[in-house]
Amino acid sequence: MAILSKDDANTILKKVLSFSKADECEVTLNGQNGGNIRTARNMVSTSGAADNVSLAVESRFGKRSGVATCNEFDEATLRRTVQRAEEIARLAPESPEYMPFLGPQQYLTSNAYAQNTAGITPDFRAKQAGASIDLCDKRKLSSAAFLQDTTGFVAKRNSKGLEAYQQSTNMDFSVTVRTPDGTGSGYATTDFTDISKFDAAKLTQIAADKAAGSVAAKAIEPGKYTVILEPAALVSNTDASLLGALMQSFDARNADEGRSFLSKKGGGNRKGEKLFDPRVTIYSDPTHAEVPVPAFAGDGRPRQKVTWIEKGVVKNMYSSRFWAQKSGIADIPNPGAFIMEGGTQSTQDMIKSTAKGILVTRLWYIRPVDPQTLLYTGLTRDGTFYIENGKIKHPIKNFRFNESPIIMLNNLEAIGRPQRLGGNLVPPLKIRDFTFTSLSDAV
Amino acid sequence: MKRRDFVGLTGLAAGALFLPSFPSFGGMPVDPSRLLEPVMDAAVNKRLADAALNAAKSAGASYADVRIGRYLNQSIFTREKQVQNIVSSESFGVGVRVIANGTWGFAATNTVTEAGIAKAAQLAVQIAKANSKVQKEPVKLAPQKGYGEVSWKAPIQQNAFEVPIAQKVDVLLAANAKALENGANFVNSALFQVNEQKYFASTDGSYIDQDIHRIWPTFGVTAIDRTSGKFRTRQALSAPMGLGYEYLTPKAADKVMGPAGSDVVGYKNSYDILEDAARAAKQAKEKLTAKSVTPGKYDLVLDPHHLGLTIHESVGHPLELDRVLGYEANFAGTSFATLEWKKQGKPYGSKAVNIVADKLQPGSLGAVGYDDEGVKTKQWALIKDGILVDYEKIRDQAHIVGQNESDGCCYAQSWQDVQFQRMPNVSLQPSKTKMSVDELIKDVDKGIYIAGNGSFSIDQQRYNFQFGGQVFYAIEKGKITGMLEDVAYQANTQEFWNSCAATCDESDYRFAGFFNDGKGQPSQSSAVSHGSATTRFNGVNVINTARKVG
Repeated sequence: MAILSKDDANTILKKVLSFSKADECEVTLNGQNGGNIRTARNMVSTSGAADNVSLAVESRFGKRSGVATCNEFDEATLRRTVQRAEEIARLAPESPEYMPFLGPQQYLTSNAYAQNTAGITPDFRAKQAGASIDLCDKRKLSSAAFLQDTTGFVAKRNSKGLEAYQQSTNMDFSVTVRTPDGTGSGYATTDFTDISKFDAAKLTQIAADKAAGSVAAKAIEPGKYTVILEPAALVSNTDASLLGALMQSFDARNADEGRSFLSKKGGGNRKGEKLFDPRVTIYSDPTHAEVPVPAFAGDGRPRQKVTWIEKGVVKNMYSSRFWAQKSGIADIPNPGAFIMEGGTQSTQDMIKSTAKGILVTRLWYIRPVDPQTLLYTGLTRDGTFYIENGKIKHPIKNFRFNESPIIMLNNLEAIGRPQRLGGNLVPPLKIRDFTFTSLSDAV
Repeated sequence: MKRRDFVGLTGLAAGALFLPSFPSFGGMPVDPSRLLEPVMDAAVNKRLADAALNAAKSAGASYADVRIGRYLNQSIFTREKQVQNIVSSESFGVGVRVIANGTWGFAATNTVTEAGIAKAAQLAVQIAKANSKVQKEPVKLAPQKGYGEVSWKAPIQQNAFEVPIAQKVDVLLAANAKALENGANFVNSALFQVNEQKYFASTDGSYIDQDIHRIWPTFGVTAIDRTSGKFRTRQALSAPMGLGYEYLTPKAADKVMGPAGSDVVGYKNSYDILEDAARAAKQAKEKLTAKSVTPGKYDLVLDPHHLGLTIHESVGHPLELDRVLGYEANFAGTSFATLEWKKQGKPYGSKAVNIVADKLQPGSLGAVGYDDEGVKTKQWALIKDGILVDYEKIRDQAHIVGQNESDGCCYAQSWQDVQFQRMPNVSLQPSKTKMSVDELIKDVDKGIYIAGNGSFSIDQQRYNFQFGGQVFYAIEKGKITGMLEDVAYQANTQEFWNSCAATCDESDYRFAGFFNDGKGQPSQSSAVSHGSATTRFNGVNVINTARKVG
């Protein structure tokens, strides 16, 4: 019963609410099913499947709150779960940041669900993984890959009249291809709401070409270089990333409290200030056809189209409901995904217009060094190439970088055509004076 | 960007950015009273386990193991004078792993009945058979004798789940008050508690009942200079431990002083959170005006809380045999320490470097009686006198390096995840001859003493790394001369360990630990400790991390 229809979910939610004796009660159903397959050394290593549905009940007496959950749906269990939430609430301390539950909300329609993704079978996974392996077998390369798919739903209802329901699907696939002697490595990744355009072999081809092309890499001196960062060097669905780190820093409370790059000297925040190149515009839109996300946040707040950075100027920050009320700012929840506006150039077009530079496939192990400046460190990986006179000249050894996305988005040379990655829409970027601080022997 | 991270950005998660790291739990929130229910009944578990093993064998499995697990977590989050959140969660279910047609298969269920478990076992066999069509080599397990019915319990003195929540909240709020009294502008604190009740059975004839506890009190303080807009943080010097609530009762004998002039105190098997919070606030303020480091070569003196992370990243991970063989190539990466590299006998480190792996040290996060594939745990050498002598391996890997015994370091984060090779405790052995921290630095002409782990990054084959820390002190002509800021060191793993000059003796030995070491796809967390004494490394490259923006 992992994926319940809106009607079936509402039947359970209404029944649970009818048992409540609290001042306020909110009930949420959450379900997922899906599976995965993992390969390494051109063989399947592990695969599995899982499904689960859980119910959470939050009861409140005044400013005291309690939560209890269950994953059985007989009447006795549901009654017991409500009673337990009420018992915990009576014993809890009052919250100074209490906010009453939201009443009825209007939500946009987000097409975050695709039937053909929900219908993925073990055979589909095995077939795609097999196609990826076959390609590498034929080219005498070694691959390691991972495919996972998830179908989920969330349904929420409370005593103030809020009703919300959303289904969503996602599939992601990544592959690392290496030469048998370990001197070349390439990577490619993709993700979809709707898998109709997914082709594991086609993506594996890109990784295989990069692996074969990165053999016999030359060392060049660390320093400041013009770089073309492909989307997998800007966002990640498995690790921290430079643009992800930037967008995670748009919390209004941290900025107002003085512990964010968006904090203003002497107090307040930097909303309205131009902090980036005028070509930088980043927004979010839950209804976007390519990167839809659920139309409401976890606390039931509606997600709208929101512009975070417009022509280099900070336009909005997200916050908790408590902080928005306390500081009298717009009540904006976290966005779920972001879209960076781009141009029409492909990565190849960007290479053609580069006299000297470095093409970066992927950045890895990115960690904060200084939260004040958003300085991050990490390394290039799985395909790093030197560009000269508009052409890939030769592969180069990997570098460690120390760079801030704030500085990076001020040193913008060109923006390419956006692509979906990690549920976001991100263009390749050409950046000048990107700071590489040391060489790495890793391949 | 990691999509699920972005979704979790409001409220709690935003505050958690100021904590050292943020654990993820697979369980569901439950009434705290549920966490005190008696541990699982071994007789019932044996009956259920036999149902799984019999179903797997009937379906065609040549080997099967079953893990019945009840995983309890409780986390308390506070900031300044208030509680932010209390989460109690429980996850209960069964995972069945089989070999059929020479291929692994795995399935899990939370329907913990004989019928539900048998169904999962049959599904695991079905998956194994399906995958065997694309398999090229059959799984080969190191032999393992059955232990019969045995049990193991973590040697805790006080179960943290039995301590009233109000008492735990009071401790965190008292620590916050200490930080605020001593000049912190903000403080976030948290207490994480884990209890794994695990029952393992296999067709080898083992029925193993284990009760495992972990605890981690931690905080992050922030000091702000409003005029300049500058802010600095300092995180707790506690270690996550395989202990009970007794870890939060400080004992004088467990406090270890840093070098004279440093105002650093380290902690062994108990932790003084009030004292550390007060000191953290003072140090965060001092960091606002500390001298910015001049880049260059320095002799580094690294305290165990800091060095544990360097050991973790540059020794613990590269010696995981699954990484070495390529099984983690698409995510965590591979390793420079290949089988060929080992054969060459090149020095991993200087002769002062002796590193052991274990799953035994009392109070460590790795300590268990048996691993998640029913192998009794042990200690073994990884690096002897600077030379690599062994890897970290489990039953299906031992034959690849010509061995016939697992190291007992197989682990799954929950009943619903498949077990695989994880890092054991990996620890640097202290000096056998007497050596204090002050003696260690007395010959350092130009150096930096670093305490606490901070920023960390290393490449996918574990050559090039960069580490920050919590507090940094300049050493000039054998003496601490004052605090430094903007310090990070970059090194190559082999060059770094070969620059190891000396380490302190056992009186300085203590653990650093990590609750959430990530590996695998889908990613799983495991907890691991690293023991060491304060250690000196000569001539390491230090960079200045200060930048100007906007």
